[in-house]
Amino acid sequence: MVETVTFLVAALIILGGAVGVIASRNAVHAALSLVATLFGIAVLFVAQEAHLLAAVQVIVYTGAIVVLILFVIMLLGIDRIEDVHLERLGGQRALAAVLGIGLLAGAGLVGWTWLEAGTEDEPSRALTGMRGATDPLVEGESNIEQIGRVLFTDYVLAFELTAALLTIAVIGAVVLARRPGDVAALPVHPDGGAPEGSAAEEVAG
Amino acid sequence: MPEVTEGWYLVLGALLFTIGAVGVVLRRNPLVMLMCVELMLNAVNLTFVTFSRMLGDVGGQAIVFFVLVVAAAEVVVGLGITVALLRRLPGATADDVSYLRG
Repeated sequence: MVETVTFLVAALIILGGAVGVIASRNAVHAALSLVATLFGIAVLFVAQEAHLLAAVQVIVYTGAIVVLILFVIMLLGIDRIEDVHLERLGGQRALAAVLGIGLLAGAGLVGWTWLEAGTEDEPSRALTGMRGATDPLVEGESNIEQIGRVLFTDYVLAFELTAALLTIAVIGAVVLARRPGDVAALPVHPDGGAPEGSAAEEVAG
Repeated sequence: MPEVTEGWYLVLGALLFTIGAVGVVLRRNPLVMLMCVELMLNAVNLTFVTFSRMLGDVGGQAIVFFVLVVAAAEVVVGLGITVALLRRLPGATADDVSYLRG
């Protein structure tokens, strides 16, 4: 009962925020909708007893990533209105429709298979195969302990590789963001707009 | 009121992934496209946690950590490219990324 209400409220927030992200014409509104979605996901993590991940979700995603995105939006002053009706790529809208319908059909298939094969006592294993035998969720051991144990035993190589990945990403970001003195700005249109022929010109105009 | 089963979480994850994928194709603002990629990554995270709970295996939750790290790295580099592009070409869209060439 409690989980049902929690799920429904969180699902509403998640889907509403997600639609807000792709439907907002202003990038700031999209970023704020993204916060709602990420927070709803964190609520569902708590509902599924992944408490550590819920905390990490809030700290890393809403605390760091969205703030970073908002920083870039504010820094560059690009919170202008985007004309979503301008279709640059031929058939882009049609491709999006086909993709959406295909993925929705996949989601429907998942739900249908689930309802078809599963019962209350014996839920469907059609989609998942066998129950995991490696690291069962031990009763009485906290979520953090379990995750810490597998991180530093089974997944230690991947864990080390993430350190390299983060270092490379930081270096890449510094290289990309520095302002080299010898790079000339692109030719700018006399009225301060974008170069001729670019999509930005049409959006701004 | 029906009891929530794991299938509901999976369907919610699939819906969220669909919305994100449609957004990536539909929108042309590079920042909004990055946000849509985040939506897709979060949908996958939700699915991982659900499977972790269903199968009684904490490995699914460990994988979410790696997804978070990769998402953070992706956002850092993606925002770097976006800043480099928008600084040279204010109001650029995803169609203008080729201006960064050479």
